[in-house]
Amino acid sequence: MQQNDSIITFDNVTKVYHLGGIDIPVLRGISCEIKKGEHVAIMGPSGSGKTTMLNIIGCLDRVTSGRYLFEGKDISSFDDDALSEVRQKKIGFIFQSYNLIPQLTVLENIEMPLFYQHLDERKTREKAMELAKMVGLGDRIKHKPSELSGGQQQRVAIARALMNNPLLILADEPTGNLDSVSGREIMKLLCELNEKGTTLIVVTHDAGVAKYARRIIRMLDGKIVDEN
Amino acid sequence: MKINFLHLIRIVRHGWKNIWLHRLRSLLTVLGIVFGVASVIAMLAIGEGASFEARKMIESLGSNNIIIRSVKLPADAKTQQASLLGVYGLTDRDMRKLETIPSVVRIIPAWEMEEDVWYYGKNISARVIGTLPEYQHALNLSIKTGRFFDYTDIQKSLPVAIIGSTVRTSLFPAEDPIGKSIKIRSSYFTIIGIAGEKVFAGASESFVAEDMNIAVYVPISTTKDFFGEYEVKRTTGGIRSWERNWVQYHRFVVQVSDTDKILATASLVSDILSQTHKKQDYQIIVPLELLRQAERTKRIFNIVLGSIAAISLIVGGIGIMNIMLAIVTERTKEIGIRRAVGARKRDIINQFLTESVILSASGGFIGIMLGILIPKAVTKFAGMMTIITPWSILLSFSISVAVGIGFGLYPARKAAELDPIQALRYE
Repeated sequence: MQQNDSIITFDNVTKVYHLGGIDIPVLRGISCEIKKGEHVAIMGPSGSGKTTMLNIIGCLDRVTSGRYLFEGKDISSFDDDALSEVRQKKIGFIFQSYNLIPQLTVLENIEMPLFYQHLDERKTREKAMELAKMVGLGDRIKHKPSELSGGQQQRVAIARALMNNPLLILADEPTGNLDSVSGREIMKLLCELNEKGTTLIVVTHDAGVAKYARRIIRMLDGKIVDEN
Repeated sequence: MKINFLHLIRIVRHGWKNIWLHRLRSLLTVLGIVFGVASVIAMLAIGEGASFEARKMIESLGSNNIIIRSVKLPADAKTQQASLLGVYGLTDRDMRKLETIPSVVRIIPAWEMEEDVWYYGKNISARVIGTLPEYQHALNLSIKTGRFFDYTDIQKSLPVAIIGSTVRTSLFPAEDPIGKSIKIRSSYFTIIGIAGEKVFAGASESFVAEDMNIAVYVPISTTKDFFGEYEVKRTTGGIRSWERNWVQYHRFVVQVSDTDKILATASLVSDILSQTHKKQDYQIIVPLELLRQAERTKRIFNIVLGSIAAISLIVGGIGIMNIMLAIVTERTKEIGIRRAVGARKRDIINQFLTESVILSASGGFIGIMLGILIPKAVTKFAGMMTIITPWSILLSFSISVAVGIGFGLYPARKAAELDPIQALRYE
């Protein structure tokens, strides 16, 4: 299933935060490559820079120095709108705390990424319905997130992440708030997606989650210490 | 900016949903706009109604006319004994002199007397006006049925009369008055016409208005023949307190050839009259000047109302800005999520700007409803005329939308400038 062309290339990437006049280096020269169709887990203790790395990969943050190539294109110099477009068209996010919008229904939450692509409303709705059924929530589409369990909410989040047919799914501690049974179900779902060809990057400090991945990148103090 | 219409509708629908979710809060937020808009419309309607009435009334005096009225001066102590017969007012001599002014087209004299007008058992105290046929056109008097008198009637001094609409309704509630005879003093007059109704707005500060609907018009030659040139009035006091005055004419309607020449003509008239009249026993009324004065007053009124409305709309706008800032904070996480799934800054701006415009526009809408109801209530309960002009509705609605944009822009920009990562972390 794996293809040889790389989707993400980090070339000596650093990231420094300026907090109250003090420079805090978070990433200290990271170089790595992730290919299309891979399932990668990024592991490390808190403060190791794994979430920052995920934010940069997800075009939510910019590198301080070095180069970040997405599908071979250097996007370090992209402006805010262009980065938004990359997120909109190519990336799906899954968060630890689900991050659903509380006042919207399940279906509306799933539809949201396509809202900004100005597509046909009926087709959008059909697709969202399809995805809701796929994650097993076809009968809950009118419910608000607060009426669902954690596992169900995370499945809504997965459906939302799939709405734009992303090349890449980024999951930040996707099972962190779930019990082990729901966590396993979520990971199973994510692995199925990966098998269908979507590149999957999971940030976790849970070895049980990381073991699903074919490749684990271990980080410590802003550096990659182990990669296999 | 590329926004298609369908997408705009979706943004609006989304925004409306969010506002509806917090109905009470939204309603309280827009109260300032509601009252601002309502007061703009209501006050403009009342002002417009008042000025319309004033304008109508002044126009009914004829804007190309100068009106000169005889005025009875209060008798001073020296002449009190001798004033068994008072002499005052406008005369033939005045008329001949005034007719020499080139810009004067004609002078229509009128003799007036407050008299009881009888028809069988019913009576009404009306102004009996003896004048010439030209009076009708000079004062834009319409005739509903029958005709006004003409020069044949004048030459023959016929006892014919045209009655005003109020006289008609009180003397002839169910009859056709044409051809009937009414009694004034001891003479009978045949009714040959009924005048159309005229707007009467009551007395204004600058002159005593007359209700032209309580009038009876008769040929001037007839009044001279029947009533002479003396007016007899019972004064306050005992049985013998009768007052006799000799008045030739109570009123001149001076028709001027050109509107531009009215003011100059009026000052000429004043000069000429002051030469022959030792005392100022006359009053010169220039309807055009009154009209201009009324317009000036209205302009000032509008400026004052405008500033009040502007203040309340600004206060309303600040209210909206305040709540929008609170909403942005409240929905920081949502903004982060939307940015993460690909919303651009301008999408966020559109979203929040739309919400603030929906807020202010719905406030404007409620305000318009209220602003239409208030003048209706004023008309019903205070009997004042009100006119709601479409432009006042359009104006206040556009202002409320503009307030939504103006005061919503800062919160919307603030929302768009949030760092997505920080926003996502916000709890």
